[in-house]
Amino acid sequence: MPTLKELAKRPERLTPGHRLCAGCGAPIAVRLILAAADKPVVAANATGCLEVSTTIFPYTAWNIPWIHSAFENAAATIAGVESMYRAKRRRGEIDEEIYFVAFGGDGGTYDIGLQALSGALERGHRFLYVCYNNEAYMNTGIQRSSATPLGAWTTTSPVGRVLPGKTQWRKNLTEIVAAHGIPYVAQSVASNWRDLVNKAEKAFHTDGPSFINVLASCNRGWRHEPSETLKVMQLAVECCIWPLYEVENGVYRLTYKPKEKKPVEEWLRVQGRFRHLLAPENRHLVEAFQRYVDEEWEKLLKRCGEA
Amino acid sequence: MKVMQERVSMGLNGNAAAAHAMRQINPHVVAAYPITPQTDCVERFAEFVSEGLVDTEFVTVESEHSALSACIGAAASGGRVMTATSSQGLALMWEMLYIAASMRLPIVMMVVNRALSGNINIHCDHSDTMGARDAGWIQLFSENAQEVYDNMIQAVRIAEDMRVRLPVMVTQDGFIISHAVERVELLGDEEVKTFVGPYKALYSLLDLQHPVTYGPLDLFDYYFEHKRSQIEAIDNCLPVIEEVGKEFGKLSGRFYGLLEEYRLADAEYAVVVLGSTCGTAKEAVDRLRDRGKKVGLLKIRCFRPFPKEQIIRALAPLKGVAVLDRSVTFGGFGGPVFTEIRSALYDVSPRPLIIDFYYGLGGRDIYVEDIEKAFARIEDVVRVGWVDKHIDYLGLRE
Ligand SMILES: Cc1ncc(C[n+]2csc(CCOP(=O)(O)OP(=O)(O)O)c2C)c(N)n1
Ligand code: SF4
Ligand SMILES: [Mg+2]
Repeated sequence: MPTLKELAKRPERLTPGHRLCAGCGAPIAVRLILAAADKPVVAANATGCLEVSTTIFPYTAWNIPWIHSAFENAAATIAGVESMYRAKRRRGEIDEEIYFVAFGGDGGTYDIGLQALSGALERGHRFLYVCYNNEAYMNTGIQRSSATPLGAWTTTSPVGRVLPGKTQWRKNLTEIVAAHGIPYVAQSVASNWRDLVNKAEKAFHTDGPSFINVLASCNRGWRHEPSETLKVMQLAVECCIWPLYEVENGVYRLTYKPKEKKPVEEWLRVQGRFRHLLAPENRHLVEAFQRYVDEEWEKLLKRCGEA
Repeated sequence: MKVMQERVSMGLNGNAAAAHAMRQINPHVVAAYPITPQTDCVERFAEFVSEGLVDTEFVTVESEHSALSACIGAAASGGRVMTATSSQGLALMWEMLYIAASMRLPIVMMVVNRALSGNINIHCDHSDTMGARDAGWIQLFSENAQEVYDNMIQAVRIAEDMRVRLPVMVTQDGFIISHAVERVELLGDEEVKTFVGPYKALYSLLDLQHPVTYGPLDLFDYYFEHKRSQIEAIDNCLPVIEEVGKEFGKLSGRFYGLLEEYRLADAEYAVVVLGSTCGTAKEAVDRLRDRGKKVGLLKIRCFRPFPKEQIIRALAPLKGVAVLDRSVTFGGFGGPVFTEIRSALYDVSPRPLIIDFYYGLGGRDIYVEDIEKAFARIEDVVRVGWVDKHIDYLGLRE
């Protein structure tokens, strides 16, 4: 695993000058992941904030070969790229070793792109799929996705007289991916560079499909100051709302255990999208949120042999 | 070790003819998903892969949307790419069709024409490919299994020509061609290999020294100019399609143009048809000629780009034209072939009278007698001197 100094010397694959918002979690995750690649990388990108903000014609912020075609198909697209690479290797038309990575938002991964992802994982292409998870459709103006947590305000789960924001719990995509039995699956966060780089390195070295679900805050949608990004993301980990773990060849391992598990309310409190939950009449929702988190955390601890 | 096959004549259906062409072309990547009536083609190709007769990376995707998405990724990575589909599969690809063409990727796709749902129907009509006619793909229609085979091989050359670099659809009528066994002459493996030549990569994602960005956000300041250049690109393909058709003719003895004129030179009336119905129409023309009628057929092989000049030249001298459309445009003014032919002839003076017939939807059979009826009608229209009914049906129970 490279040191921070060594990482800083690696070539910038996503260069400055892109138009993602100040304080956006996505480019932090992407730059760390790409810095972890010790060989050339080719990337595919699903439609979403990362894609539209990095390639406004005639400019591109990508220093590596990069392709975007549509929203739901980053996994299928990179599968095509990787298949061409295999075909060319077989015919002796190319000899470099290349890594392949696909980036999709939570919308492009949990929802509309789930089928293409599942197909590509099952077929066993050698590629890393990264879901940069900001827990809603941000590019289209903050609509709920199946990654949006319970109670969150979004423009399609607005807080009204009858409904208190999103009424469903989020789905557990990392477990769904792990159920494919692929060699490497991990959950990480853009605020912990060591954890993320370590996992990305493992993923790139995996001979087969690998997957990382990275929590990456969107301050526009989560409603916090751009300067608070790292803090807010890290709080999700400390509250065990977003546990850091990996599943390597079926073996679960917790990669970070908070010294003291903080109540979820601490995380809810720092984001405007949960403000309404702090009202006394919504107390039961905060409690339900805490229960969900506790249950999932316990299950995970068991899987990781920590309980 | 692979044995190079010499020229042979075989009994093949359209799907098998396409699969053999794909085997001989030996593309780098094929990504496809099964659907009736195309399945047979994909299965046969899977056998070629399994027997080691091709070096192709065969990607057994989980949907047609992913099939074309994978083809796009693969084609942007600097190699030869093919796929095949039909009906609902093509409909599911719709979003990606435009993207493949806009990225100027020379993908070749075999489409077995089948009706679109609903209701679900597995038989032939042209609503699937006609629905995709504005997506920016070149579209070549085939009359029989031999033409399917020949078109597949030519399609590779057309798509990859440096003056073109666009995706090509080769179509064949569901069941009528795809499942009917005919005698098909295959070129030798080596001949096909030489004819298609090695793939010339442009802007490959695997060219690490020259990193490229495919599919950026293209706003009001550039998008329009990009569309303009795409319009020119597809319009400029016509001479290349003709050139390749001639060169293929020299090799095989089977020459191809954009259109085929059948007994049209001295004709007064013609039908305009695409696909397998051309065979039926030729029979009708022969029978009517035997009865002294001056009739002929204009077969459209290349529907996209639309060979407007050639069509005007072929049809302008006629008194009357009956267009046969195997797909409908709901709420429109006639089928897609009719509207374009009629529009192309607008500036001709004197102008032939033109009528349209919807026929064969959902696999409804079309008979020689139906086409004779179409000729009788256009003759009547010309006698009266004006069109009282622009759009009618053939083979429909009223
Ligand atoms: C087929 C299709 N449906 C809808 C859209 C509109 N759309 C573009 S991006 C997007 C949301 C992206 O959300 P996510 O994947 O979470 O990425 P983010 O923008 O949050 O980073 C939507 C709904 C589209 N481009 N294509
Ligand atoms: S809207 Fe959110 S996700 Fe999109 S660029 Fe801005 S901060 Fe990042
Ligand atoms: Mg999102």
